[in-house]
Amino acid sequence: MQTGRQVNTEPNRRVNRLPGSKILPASRIALWLLPLGFLAIAFFFPLSRILTLTFSSDVLAPDVLRAVQEPLLFTFYQALLSTLLTLLLGIPSAFLFARFDFRGKTLLRALTAVPFMLPTVVVASSFNSIFGARGLVSFLFPLTSIQLSPLILILFAHIFYNTTIVIRIVGASLANLDPKLEQTARSLGADPLRAWWNVTFPLLRPSILAASLLVFLFDFTSFGVILLLGGSQYSTLETEIYFQVVRQFNLPLAALLAVIQLFCTLLFSIVYSRYASRLTQSAPRSASSSKPKTFKQKFFVASLCFMLSGFFILPLSSLPLRSFFRIEADRGQRSEVQYGFTTDYYEELFVNRRNSVFYVPPFQAIFNSLAIASSTVVLSLIFGFPAAFALAHPSRLDKLLDPLIMLPLGSSAVMLGLGFIITYGKWLASPLMVPFAHTLVALPFVIRALQPAIASIPQRLRQAASSLGASPVEVWKNIDLPILRRAALAAATFAFTISLGEFGATLLISRPEYPTIPVAIERFLSQPGGLNYGQAMAMATILMALTTISVLLIEKFRLPNSRGF
Amino acid sequence: MQHFHFLFFGFLFLLSSCAPAQPVTLTIMTHDSFSISEEVVASFEEANRVKVVFLPSGDAGSMLNKAILTKDAPLADVIFGVDNTFLSRALDEDIFEPYVSPELQNIPDEFKLDPSNRATPVDYGDVCINYDKAYFAGNNPPVPRSLEELTKPEYKNLLVVENPATSSTGLAFLLATVVHFGDDFDDYWRALKENEVVVVDGWETAYYTNFSGSSGRGPQPLVVSYRASPVAEVIFADPPIDDAPTASIDSPGSCFRQVEFAGILRGAPNRALAEKFIDFMLGKQFQEDVPLQMFVYPVNPDAVLPDVFVKYAQAPTQPARLSPAEIAAHRDEWIQIWTDVVLK
Amino acid sequence: MLEIRHVSKAYEGKPLLSGISFVVAEGETICLLGASGSGKSTLLRIIAGLEAPDAGLVAFNGLDLASTPPHLRDFGLVFQDYALFPHLNVKENVGFGLKMRRVGETEISDRVASTLELVNLKGFENRDVNDLSGGEQQRVALARALAIRPRLLMFDEPLGALDRTLREDLLNELRAILHRTGIPAVYVTHDQEEAFAIADRILILREGSIVRDGSPAEVSADPRSAFVAEFLGLGNVIEAKSVGKNKFRSRNGDFTVNCGHKHSKGETVHLLARPHEAKKESNTISGIVSDVIFQQEIYKVTLDNGMYVYLHNAPAPGKKVSVRVKVECLE
Repeated sequence: MQTGRQVNTEPNRRVNRLPGSKILPASRIALWLLPLGFLAIAFFFPLSRILTLTFSSDVLAPDVLRAVQEPLLFTFYQALLSTLLTLLLGIPSAFLFARFDFRGKTLLRALTAVPFMLPTVVVASSFNSIFGARGLVSFLFPLTSIQLSPLILILFAHIFYNTTIVIRIVGASLANLDPKLEQTARSLGADPLRAWWNVTFPLLRPSILAASLLVFLFDFTSFGVILLLGGSQYSTLETEIYFQVVRQFNLPLAALLAVIQLFCTLLFSIVYSRYASRLTQSAPRSASSSKPKTFKQKFFVASLCFMLSGFFILPLSSLPLRSFFRIEADRGQRSEVQYGFTTDYYEELFVNRRNSVFYVPPFQAIFNSLAIASSTVVLSLIFGFPAAFALAHPSRLDKLLDPLIMLPLGSSAVMLGLGFIITYGKWLASPLMVPFAHTLVALPFVIRALQPAIASIPQRLRQAASSLGASPVEVWKNIDLPILRRAALAAATFAFTISLGEFGATLLISRPEYPTIPVAIERFLSQPGGLNYGQAMAMATILMALTTISVLLIEKFRLPNSRGF
Repeated sequence: MQHFHFLFFGFLFLLSSCAPAQPVTLTIMTHDSFSISEEVVASFEEANRVKVVFLPSGDAGSMLNKAILTKDAPLADVIFGVDNTFLSRALDEDIFEPYVSPELQNIPDEFKLDPSNRATPVDYGDVCINYDKAYFAGNNPPVPRSLEELTKPEYKNLLVVENPATSSTGLAFLLATVVHFGDDFDDYWRALKENEVVVVDGWETAYYTNFSGSSGRGPQPLVVSYRASPVAEVIFADPPIDDAPTASIDSPGSCFRQVEFAGILRGAPNRALAEKFIDFMLGKQFQEDVPLQMFVYPVNPDAVLPDVFVKYAQAPTQPARLSPAEIAAHRDEWIQIWTDVVLK
Repeated sequence: MLEIRHVSKAYEGKPLLSGISFVVAEGETICLLGASGSGKSTLLRIIAGLEAPDAGLVAFNGLDLASTPPHLRDFGLVFQDYALFPHLNVKENVGFGLKMRRVGETEISDRVASTLELVNLKGFENRDVNDLSGGEQQRVALARALAIRPRLLMFDEPLGALDRTLREDLLNELRAILHRTGIPAVYVTHDQEEAFAIADRILILREGSIVRDGSPAEVSADPRSAFVAEFLGLGNVIEAKSVGKNKFRSRNGDFTVNCGHKHSKGETVHLLARPHEAKKESNTISGIVSDVIFQQEIYKVTLDNGMYVYLHNAPAPGKKVSVRVKVECLE
């Protein structure tokens, strides 16, 4: 074990550095090679092609500006409206969960969190199955023809999706609020309302704003919900990009819309990260919740619970319900309709009739989705780990590269797909296209999931291991890897779920031989007839089941102290 | 452990993409309204020892756009369903390989809208306004006899049309009005809007949900549909009826002629078989199958029309026509004007 | 034997360690005593090989360790926050170093068992480290460092996170273990009581340099500088002027002290007035009592001039006292 030479009077030798103290510049470059290389190929190069496409035609022509203005305004409008309504439901709910104990609290809270991880196709289908033209409501009340405006459906779906964000962010802030502050205010003479307005609310303002920004961002970039529920009148930037590509074939306009979209979301992301990073992360206080005591409190708790359960259970349950019940005729069916419980829609998924809208039996889509999701997991871990390592102990250069990694997050999924089409036309037939696109979408999430775990390993552990005789590789193998296993599993499940539900990009680039579940659902929904609709519902139910399982796994593997979602 | 499973799946997936060992497959890209008899397809399959797969890809416009977007890696061998309203776009984007079928000699010249023979005509139809006979039989106003009459107050809220931006049927009707009224077609539509014309997204909704003369028993007795729609009503009536419950308004220029084309996609993997299929589509067997399947008319004059067609769907006196080039030049503009007048 | 010669290290341009030199002999425990930020932990890391010095030499048994990476030096490290591996149990933690040295399973079990017994944690093999108390965790950390039979042990404020009684107990145990095993040790702390309890020799660090090197008794009896005297809390440091042979005048009175060497008239000299009452002395500390604290059998009496004495009987605050004490020269 003893190396070295005889003591001499000339000092000044350098000892080998080991990972964890300072990473050599050379190995840092190696770390960034994979993820940046991937991003360059999958994102930046196609983005440059899109930009050239944008400026290839007359961008400032008046009708172009008009074509841009409408979807832009509507996008802002519906996002704003959705956010406000979400706050309206979310803030009282946050209050409910932070301050009160009641039976079924954990269950209800988990229920409100379920929609967030559900694919947009599933959520849109759920609302469709209740309120759509062929939904349960129009079946149960055929004469009243409750035709909810598509805008209302969109708002509902958005609220459904994002209430949990408000509950989590504002709820965390509420839980950290020292109840003694309010009590002091009361003891100084403020009635409950004034105490709330003058003390509680100002302290909550930062978290409310942070939550609003995030919800606004999600609503702004919403695609599946708008596409499937919006009909042809309501078009946001995202769906307009899709329409311009697929229907109008006006690629320059689509590219222009995509660039505008990117610019907007970039702006919001910067504002959010600047702002949210200022949210102090104090240690979570012990629960300051209690059972409701006064009549007012009991009423509040009871009515809000009722509303929440109804609002969340209804769409989620009507989807499987609709998939197991026949309430309308198949397309072109003129014989007697057999109403009631049926497994036909599920059975039909295994069959590939000649006049089916699919190249392969729809059931194949499930395998495809699973296989694609698996590939996405592998790819995003391969690219994500090195980036997460570099960002966990960042040098100045790394801090600059951080926002680059996050760029695909704010980009329209449709734009990503468009980029692929116009850049890699020849390779579109390759089965790797869709996994690559999914990896692009999942990568920021994977990195964000791994980074805090890597950063949380104290240097001392590595130093202790080193002093005990572990070489750098052995340190990595025995310390980093086992501790990161949990985070890696959480990241993997993230990537898996995102891939399962990815809709926008896949819609553009998937090949007919390899449909995915969301694409299949969309095809079914765009066809008339009860059989097609029922199959759409069946597929959506299956997707809902798959996603729920993944989400449960994420919750199981998550690090106990991690923040965010 | 989980990593192993993921790798395993990924490996399986990649493996599945490499493994053919199936019989030769000929892929035909079609729009969603495509339909063909099983026997007709089977006869082609047997004769050529090939499996034929149809790939429905949305409506005619979406189908074409998809084909254009993937032209470097085509999704199929043959594409069917590009109609005259989209022909220019298809030709400009150069998605076809030229092929002169020997069967083309039989086909009348009026259908050969592509001199370069990249697109081959297969069938044609007319978009006409259908009316519900039962509605107009009673005290109700007489059947409108021209496009102009539709703006009259007695027909308020009785007409349902399709959005030309989303429906090729709606587009055809819009083109008919353009041909008929020229530059003043926007006034016509303004008048229609004042007369509370109902607008829906697609033909299926218009016909099966809004139209009173179909199984949907909707509120509107006038719908933009096809010349052959009354025939369908007779054929599918249960119990059988001996007179068509609906008919088309036939006045000069009130119907619009649509011609559907097929072509071999550039880079098609099975060129020889694709050619055979084009020949097959122009042949008597396919052409005679087309009316009852898709409710359109064969281009091949030797094909015999079924009796019901002859009885209930006579050829219109003067269908409106527009050249594909002209359509391509102004389509977006006309749709925009329409949208501004009707939807805003 | 560990030899440190002229080790220097700068941090962001500012010097942290300057010309540190000392030797640790076999079986010796030396203590690096200094305030927070004085560079003690950095020095420890340099010895461990986790950082490189800007200048100077680290050698063991005559061999320069400059080219030896940390995992080959065979030095044991015990941190203040223990740095136990959270994903391994007690046995796996303690046996980690042995595993790295490819020692066989049975031998690992034996060695772990005997080491655990040495630190009074017999039978703890299968416990989860995250469930242990602070004292138990620190002992596991110690056992982990001992199990590999290191050539040198290094302690970086190992008892800082523990409460007082626990600290004392562990300190005694630690001293016993060090004596029993005979492993040379470098112990870093800012707590002077700890240093005195455990060290054979104390090295006092001030702004990157060693200002005093000696046994606890030596250092106490002969601090040799105002800084050391104040740092060790040996008594009242008085700044005085020489006014004649062995005569000094200060704000707090005049003193007659026999210094070792001559001082010129008017020279500023620091004196140390020991706080314990010494009835045979001629020098006195006088002042008005401002505060009296009881400290385990004796009273610490603070005077209005800031000086303090230890007395057996507590005078009332406000009373004027005059106490005879021993005064020494510091320089």
